[in-house]
Amino acid sequence: MSDWEPNIVVIACNWCTYQAADLAGSLRYSYPPTVKVVRVPCSGRVEPEFVLEALLNGADGVLIGGCHPGDCHYKEGNYKALRRFKLLHKVLTELGIEPERVRLEWIGGSEGLKFAEVMKEFDATIRKLGPNPLKR
Amino acid sequence: MALKFAFYLAAGCAGCEMALVDLADRLVDALEHLEVVFWAPTVADVKYKDLEKMPDKSIDVALVDGAVRLSEQEHILKILRQKSKILVAFGICASMGGIAGLANVHTKEEIFETVYFKTYSTDNPEGVVPQTKCVVDGKYELTLPEFLEKVKPVCEVVEVDYFVGGCPPHHEHVAKIVEAIVSGNLPPKGSWITDGKSVCDVCPRNPASKGEKREFVREVKRTIEGVPDEEKCLLQQGYVCFGPITQGDCGASCPKVNIPCRGCGGPLPGVKDFGARAISAIGSVLSEEAVDQLIEKYGNLTKLFYRYSLPASLLGGRR
Repeated sequence: MSDWEPNIVVIACNWCTYQAADLAGSLRYSYPPTVKVVRVPCSGRVEPEFVLEALLNGADGVLIGGCHPGDCHYKEGNYKALRRFKLLHKVLTELGIEPERVRLEWIGGSEGLKFAEVMKEFDATIRKLGPNPLKR
Repeated sequence: MALKFAFYLAAGCAGCEMALVDLADRLVDALEHLEVVFWAPTVADVKYKDLEKMPDKSIDVALVDGAVRLSEQEHILKILRQKSKILVAFGICASMGGIAGLANVHTKEEIFETVYFKTYSTDNPEGVVPQTKCVVDGKYELTLPEFLEKVKPVCEVVEVDYFVGGCPPHHEHVAKIVEAIVSGNLPPKGSWITDGKSVCDVCPRNPASKGEKREFVREVKRTIEGVPDEEKCLLQQGYVCFGPITQGDCGASCPKVNIPCRGCGGPLPGVKDFGARAISAIGSVLSEEAVDQLIEKYGNLTKLFYRYSLPASLLGGRR
């Protein structure tokens, strides 16, 4: 499938990763257009179902972005995201989803460059993995 | 006039039928209002062809227990659906796949390999595995139903009017269901028949009902590692319990006898994927060290979180 382009969903917390995405734009850092950002109040808001639904509805990769540990606007939402993510990641691996397709990353509000770089790197990872086998 | 009643056992253990029989004298009273026209293969002496002969929509209420594992079950369910006005997925296997649904972590080939070759007690030197057709003596054609690739919940084969959780449903809950069926007092089609309360809600150990503070859980224990305290919340003691997200129509039967809830009651209303919600709930009450411990202590987390619901989950099994 030569004309295949990855479809990447980034679920970004309002206070850090989404701000970083904004900053990346203001600073003219480019990142791949395959990335679609969804804003949520906090990474602790992300239910494991969101990730499953994204994968089932055609996402080739899902990245959850939150604030660095200690920086959460709601104090501990990102810790909660991390604990859920660890469990979800194990289950997804057991069910035959490549572990690299789903990722959790801390990107602070001032890290526009890091946002762009993580997106480039994730896009490359997903290109290497190929299309999501769950796609219906 | 008595309601025409049918009961079909698909890939289940007949435990749900036992739950109905457990009504004892109340079942005898209910039978005055019910005419059993089909109860196979467990109770009544009726053949599948008798079912095929019945007029369409002639059965008022049909209960199905067990998941769908074989092509035969798919076939019977389609006929039963045609013949019935109301079809109820009775018990967690019919509703979500149940224990049998854990087979979806493995492929059909892996299952056959284990069952017909690898187990210690297997003696199969000729390498015989079930075939759907075989000719004996060159003239007798024998058939067997096909073992499907995946276990399916009943609603994946035919339209289901009502879902009932439980492995098996608690007899008090069954009494309420029978009463609802007999009186015609049923919820909107497509819904679960449930009180809508969680297991925690009806559990005597719930810290909230005792005015106790809920603590972060810092250590995960398995039930094989000792006997839990009989009063304290199991989750608070570190035993993974799915009370927070499971329908409590059982009246917290398991926590009352010191066994953590494993989620057989089915998901609370509004939950799309039981296992994912279990991850969400358990992930929020455990500390990070406890999460690592949980991953280390349980060999397979899918079989824990999706114990009764894998075929009805978003992914449906290993992909």
